[in-house]
Amino acid sequence: MSLTVAVPRGALLDGALDLLDELGVDTGEVRSNDRKLLFEEAGIVTMRPSDVPTYVEHGSADLGITGKDVLLEQSDRAVYELLDLGFGRCTMVVAAREGGDPIAAALRRLGRVRIATKYPRIAERHFSATGRQAEIVEVKGSVELAPLTGLVDGIVDLTATGTTLAENGLRVMEEIEVCTARLIANPVAHKLKAAEIDAIVEQVRAR
Amino acid sequence: MSTFRSGAGQPAPSRTAPIPPGTRDVLPDEMRELRAISGRMRQVLEDAGYGEVHTPALEYEDVLRRGEERAAGARYRTFDEQGDVLALRSDMTIPIARVVATRYADAEPPLRFCYFSHAWRATGRGAGEPREFLQGGLELIGAGGPEGEAEVLGLTIAALEAAGLRRHRVGVGDGSLYRGLLAELGVDEALHLPLLECLSRRDLVALELLVSRVDGLGERERDLLVRLPELRGGVEILDSVEGVTLEGLRALYELLAERGMGDRVIFDLGLVRELGYYTGAVFEVYDPAVGFTLGGGGRYDDLLGRFGRSLPACGVGLDVQRVHMAQAAEEALG
Repeated sequence: MSLTVAVPRGALLDGALDLLDELGVDTGEVRSNDRKLLFEEAGIVTMRPSDVPTYVEHGSADLGITGKDVLLEQSDRAVYELLDLGFGRCTMVVAAREGGDPIAAALRRLGRVRIATKYPRIAERHFSATGRQAEIVEVKGSVELAPLTGLVDGIVDLTATGTTLAENGLRVMEEIEVCTARLIANPVAHKLKAAEIDAIVEQVRAR
Repeated sequence: MSTFRSGAGQPAPSRTAPIPPGTRDVLPDEMRELRAISGRMRQVLEDAGYGEVHTPALEYEDVLRRGEERAAGARYRTFDEQGDVLALRSDMTIPIARVVATRYADAEPPLRFCYFSHAWRATGRGAGEPREFLQGGLELIGAGGPEGEAEVLGLTIAALEAAGLRRHRVGVGDGSLYRGLLAELGVDEALHLPLLECLSRRDLVALELLVSRVDGLGERERDLLVRLPELRGGVEILDSVEGVTLEGLRALYELLAERGMGDRVIFDLGLVRELGYYTGAVFEVYDPAVGFTLGGGGRYDDLLGRFGRSLPACGVGLDVQRVHMAQAAEEALG
């Protein structure tokens, strides 16, 4: 394949490699080596999901696979979103401690709600679109901890099954958006390598 | 060997005397190369009868508004002593339209101008988008139809060749095509803007979802709305859409092919440019060595009329610094 594809490590890796297998790309080396990052022969570069739009935007990769959550958070990236790949299905939710509604209570009494998240822009957009003032607290690690310690009233986070939330005594209050893996393209490659990219899009559509 | 000292204990001078994000200083080595590139491009344009013009960086906001609704491109405003609102221009097309209507009110068209000037925009979408950038380009005023577009694109390709690029291509689309199609298929007007926004971002997933929710469309119409933006390639794609006439683009191709530039054209039926004043053909310029567009343009037949001299016109503007990056990348490839 003459195209370079940015493939996300982590939860989406297996789905992405299965897809590439179906497209006839040899992913054996990627599967067997989780330290190496650049697989020139297969045309694959691996990275954390949130870096995929960066490499694709700059044209260091022609195509990329990443979650819709990443694309929503980095909505100013100039990349083309070609296909919903269907796998890696998760939901971006607002969650809070069980028992009562701490978010509504904070808004009623204090006029604003404190929200912890790894997705500050999605959280900001969601609360402002729903007419509520929110103070967004960005955290890097386990977001579930923040409401338990009283740091915040609620969180915005991605959940697949809700198990981690439940185990930490949190429950889903609102669903913001369902997020699946997406195929994205560099705008210039989309023109200059149109035939190769279209062949892949057709193959994926026909699955 | 150069050393970069952090100045232990001292705050770096750039921390205490910063420049705004999206702006930059150009030092002599780079400046020499930028000058050389602009010089070679300018020569091609001057030789073709495109005289260089310079206009004020600051214009009355009211005047820019006439060219573009709300003067949406211009993001930096200030007041003068009389309280009039002044704005930093966001491109050279509107100022040149003003120049033509005021300074060339009786001149016989066509009129040809080139420019190498700074313009200012908000930093928004895209990698490392500058707030201030050097734009080089050309405007052909008073020449309608594919002939005018072919002249502008032919010179754009030649100017980039002179700048040292070898593999550059131009994307050509019809900015009114999708809008026209939506109207023709009777799609609810309230949905036009969201659909066009999806198209402009090329969020094809959202576009397909929106199209699937439009009432009163048959399978074939839905398919057309979803697949049209995916159509790009050589002249053959102009034949691939039933019921859509693209005679103007075909004629443009023939004219460029006569100049030996047919293989430089990529037709792209999903191409829409963000600026509001384009009325027909729209262009983007690419080089495979870099992942971003080098510039763009199109036909803007209504713009001059808003300044009181109704003439068809088209042009292209290139980001000279990006052309320089592409030239450096091409040079590195050997």
